[in-house]
Amino acid sequence: MNLRLKMLAAAAATAVGLAAPAFADAGDSPTLQRIQERGTVSIGHRETSIPFSYIGENNEPVGYSIDLCLKIVEAIEEQLGGGKLEVRYVPVTGQTRIPLIANGTIDIECGSTTNNLTRQLQVEYLPTTFITGTKIASKVGSGITELEDMSGKIIGLASGTTNEKAIKAAIEAKDLDIKIVPVKDHSQGWLALETDRIDAYGSDDVLLYGLISKASDPSAYHVTGRYLSFDPYALMVQRNDSTFERLGRVTMAGLMRSGEMAEIYAKWFEPGPTNINMPLSDTLRTAFEIQALPE
Amino acid sequence: MNYNWDWGVLLRDPYLGWIIEGLGWTLAISLLAWIIAFSLGSALGVFRTASSPVLRALATTYVEIFRNIPLLVQLFLWYFVFPELLPEDWSRWVKRDMPFPALTTAVVAIGLYTASRVCEQVRSGIEAVGPGQRQAGRAIGMTEVQVYRYILLPNAYRIIIPPLTSEFLTIFKQSSLALTIGVVELTAMTRQIEEYTFQGFEAFTAATIVYSLVTFTVMAIMRQVDRRTALPGTFSKGAA
Repeated sequence: MNLRLKMLAAAAATAVGLAAPAFADAGDSPTLQRIQERGTVSIGHRETSIPFSYIGENNEPVGYSIDLCLKIVEAIEEQLGGGKLEVRYVPVTGQTRIPLIANGTIDIECGSTTNNLTRQLQVEYLPTTFITGTKIASKVGSGITELEDMSGKIIGLASGTTNEKAIKAAIEAKDLDIKIVPVKDHSQGWLALETDRIDAYGSDDVLLYGLISKASDPSAYHVTGRYLSFDPYALMVQRNDSTFERLGRVTMAGLMRSGEMAEIYAKWFEPGPTNINMPLSDTLRTAFEIQALPE
Repeated sequence: MNYNWDWGVLLRDPYLGWIIEGLGWTLAISLLAWIIAFSLGSALGVFRTASSPVLRALATTYVEIFRNIPLLVQLFLWYFVFPELLPEDWSRWVKRDMPFPALTTAVVAIGLYTASRVCEQVRSGIEAVGPGQRQAGRAIGMTEVQVYRYILLPNAYRIIIPPLTSEFLTIFKQSSLALTIGVVELTAMTRQIEEYTFQGFEAFTAATIVYSLVTFTVMAIMRQVDRRTALPGTFSKGAA
């Protein structure tokens, strides 16, 4: 940017600053300022996190988390003065989601991300939207129920996931003889399981049910074992931006208070477009109730 | 940017060890793939310029196929599709019992792909020596094999040292594609560090520096090799 352009931009910014505050208020939030400046909200989405965030029939990202994010987009539009904002979808993976939030490429991540304390060093989370844990999927008749049955066998794990850490820790703790094959994402892990490259694939149980529902022969696979980790999902936003974070919290609390949250849940899980059929659990219902803060 | 910097993470146990181990795998893939690429590529380069039309057609077909399919696609084909075309127990051997299935697949795939590129370098080297040398060799009664052995190849290799060096550097960098089929080489280790510490920017900076150090070293060595072996009167004077 040369000097003249810079001055022009500064002048324009001043003009906007003088004219705008009455109806558009980005406040001290860097995220809201960025959204206002560009007129677009950048949403980070996953490609195979069924039914949270995946590529639907029209080649557009759809899912439970995406619906929740679109509610937040509506709240942003209201906050910034009611003008329609453009939504830009940015595909992310287990590895890219945190740096892309940290460097501001995406304003909000709508996927299937576990809220944990180490990650909170780099990013901030909105209220919990789903509760799951790590389990393993294998072929029916493989004789695998628990991780302990897999001695001498091979397990596939997606890089960058909390499941990878949980299963590695479980294997180390019990000194099990299980070979680990790292895979890039869920679809590749599933392909490896289908082609017998691995004996089991470890992930969040809900995602495993999602993958099975989309498999060529769903009856050939099953999800077994105890929970190997506790994974509460939440939408992810940038750190040190409490104004934007609060806007997200207000929206989510509103959805939980009005019961709309349960409706959106039902739309995707009971049984949902992918026939996943996971009725709202008591734990999650309680979580929604507790997080439904009053105005 | 909202980010907690922590450069110390790179020196902490076990992350430093991971970087070193990752570099080891990267070098292993690159060197093994280079052995395949260089030997097969040289043979194909000779075929490509040979007088026999059958050999020429064979080498040309190979180059057209392997050079025109993206390496990432080839990796996936070798890793996921190729084993399914084999008989049941062979398929199982390739997928499970073969030593280091992912690493071996990566070495073969990258090696075969780069062979097509090396072939083209060798061919251009042989052509750069010129038809006059070939005819002169045949005129004094050398067989075609002797012409290649004593005249064309010794000259051609010296001419193509700089482009071969960059082919090697390319193979070194392309070895990172092996992570897509689950080989935990340098880039994959870098990602792993990020996943455990969420200090991705520091980890990737470290990887950048390690890759650069290796490429600079290779370039410096090859420049010396090129200078020592340069033919008087050719344009090859150590420019890698």
